[in-house]
Amino acid sequence: MKIVAQRPESLTTARFHYCPGCTHGIIHRIVAECVDEMNMRENTIGICPVGCSVLAYDYFNFDMLEAAHGRAPAIATGIKRILPDRCLITYQGDGDLASIGMAEIVHASARGEKITVIFVNNTVYGMTGGQMAPTTLLGQVTTTSPYGRKKEEAGYPIRMAELLATNEGSAYISRVAVNNPANVIKAKKSIKKALQTQMKGIGFSMVEVLSTCPTNWGLSPIEGLKWLEENMIPYYPLGEFKVKEA
Amino acid sequence: MEKVLMKGNEALAEGALTAGCVAFFGYPITPSSEIAEYMAKKFPLIEGTFVQAESELAAISMVYGGASTGFRVMTASSGPGISLKSEGISVIAEAELPCLIVNISRGGPGLGGIQPAQSDYFQATRGGGHGDYQIMVLAPASVQEMLDFAMEAFDLADKYRIPVMVMAEGTLGQMMEPVFPREKVTQFTEKPWAISGCKGRAPNIVNTLHLSPEFLEYRNQVLAQKYKEIKANEQKAESYWTEDADLVVVAFGLMSRIVKKAIMEVRRKGHKVGLIRPITLWPFPEDLVRQAANNAKMFLSVEISMGQMIEDVRLAVNGKVPVEFYGRIGVIPSPEEIAEQILRLAEREGF
Repeated sequence: MKIVAQRPESLTTARFHYCPGCTHGIIHRIVAECVDEMNMRENTIGICPVGCSVLAYDYFNFDMLEAAHGRAPAIATGIKRILPDRCLITYQGDGDLASIGMAEIVHASARGEKITVIFVNNTVYGMTGGQMAPTTLLGQVTTTSPYGRKKEEAGYPIRMAELLATNEGSAYISRVAVNNPANVIKAKKSIKKALQTQMKGIGFSMVEVLSTCPTNWGLSPIEGLKWLEENMIPYYPLGEFKVKEA
Repeated sequence: MEKVLMKGNEALAEGALTAGCVAFFGYPITPSSEIAEYMAKKFPLIEGTFVQAESELAAISMVYGGASTGFRVMTASSGPGISLKSEGISVIAEAELPCLIVNISRGGPGLGGIQPAQSDYFQATRGGGHGDYQIMVLAPASVQEMLDFAMEAFDLADKYRIPVMVMAEGTLGQMMEPVFPREKVTQFTEKPWAISGCKGRAPNIVNTLHLSPEFLEYRNQVLAQKYKEIKANEQKAESYWTEDADLVVVAFGLMSRIVKKAIMEVRRKGHKVGLIRPITLWPFPEDLVRQAANNAKMFLSVEISMGQMIEDVRLAVNGKVPVEFYGRIGVIPSPEEIAEQILRLAEREGF
């Protein structure tokens, strides 16, 4: 008998708490698959953020640490510098990484920390109930931009992948999406490349993953996937922004 | 070992290295920066880790990560930086990770100045950040103690899985005195909770999020029980001439040395005055102060602040006798100035 699909060893049997149509589950799974395929589960340390994925320590089946809001890259730095042969993964949302944790992410990248950041961008603060994030699109309605995000008041959404790609310390920076099976396969390949970049010691790596939040967008799961494709991808183009060879 | 002449900040850094500290994460701030500079010089030579962080927040977060590996790690700063670090200190306290945090303190509030002060006493002894937590606080009074207490802090941190702060006035960080170096520590406590990759064991999780009300309460009870144990076992202080004292002066850190000199002077004039010098600021040596209150007619808290430790003195004295206060900030009172205050009290109260 040939096994064609099974739960990755790097995921526990705990049931995800995520809302219907949220793509965190897919992203967790492909991260876990990459860790398994690289045979690194027992060598990996994960840092989870404050946000919807705050409980990721219940889902990943390797050593985990829960960070304060935005601090994951600094915490990963502290661990990696002491245990340089371990694989360090931070898993962060857009409020966590691009707002309160902006200093930590920019400097981890500038220092070329050998860590891998999975940056899940769904354009809102999910767990606190759908407030405006630095990544919220212009015109997008959230609970703290009830008339739509206005550039005169809230400025423009930040493109983190492009921003971090300008740092010399960044070795691999990409943006992927998980809105359809083809993109999920590409996303997984990119995450694996980021992890390989880390383990080869080349420098900082980040994969920005465009993700959905149907609950806070006020859309059905299928409408959410469509909204991502029609609104997010045009502003946040997919692709590799930095690929540094050793 | 041969005595060497060292600056307080360097002695503290040397003490940390002697205690087996492998990593320093910090952000420059006067008057603590020599600690970072010393580590930046030493660590590359012994394969340790020095990272100059982008902010105090990042520095304490690196300490959080570093401490979670079970290795001995530290940071150092001064008042305004400790305020920023409070987020991380609260997290580390609840995660029950051992580490050393140093406050080479200066005067506040706000940016304040770089003059030595003891006005971070409340911040240090009341947790400082959010939630029900404590950290242990040691207050050295000499450059030798800067070295010794850095070592002791790591031992206490490991023993109780708690952040330990060494808090010293800026003067102590900056001044030089002869110091005896110590033997390097090579034996460490087992840390089965450490995060290092789950090879051959179930995954370890370091976490401070407790969404279940029952578990949140349980966690707070666990910490409260630990703090009770520390209070019972770790109060540390020195006392001089308290047996027959009418007046007991309470002073810590460098201030206690100045007060000691003042007391020697007033005792020569026939006044029965004693000194209690708290070494642990938290836990406050309340047992010793309570005992002294059985015989003394009065207490005097002398601080380089507008009066903070006096609250702990009053709690320990518990209304038995009056507790007076004398404090300056920005300037350190001289022995003569303190002696004058004591003599004034003696005249007023007739002892």
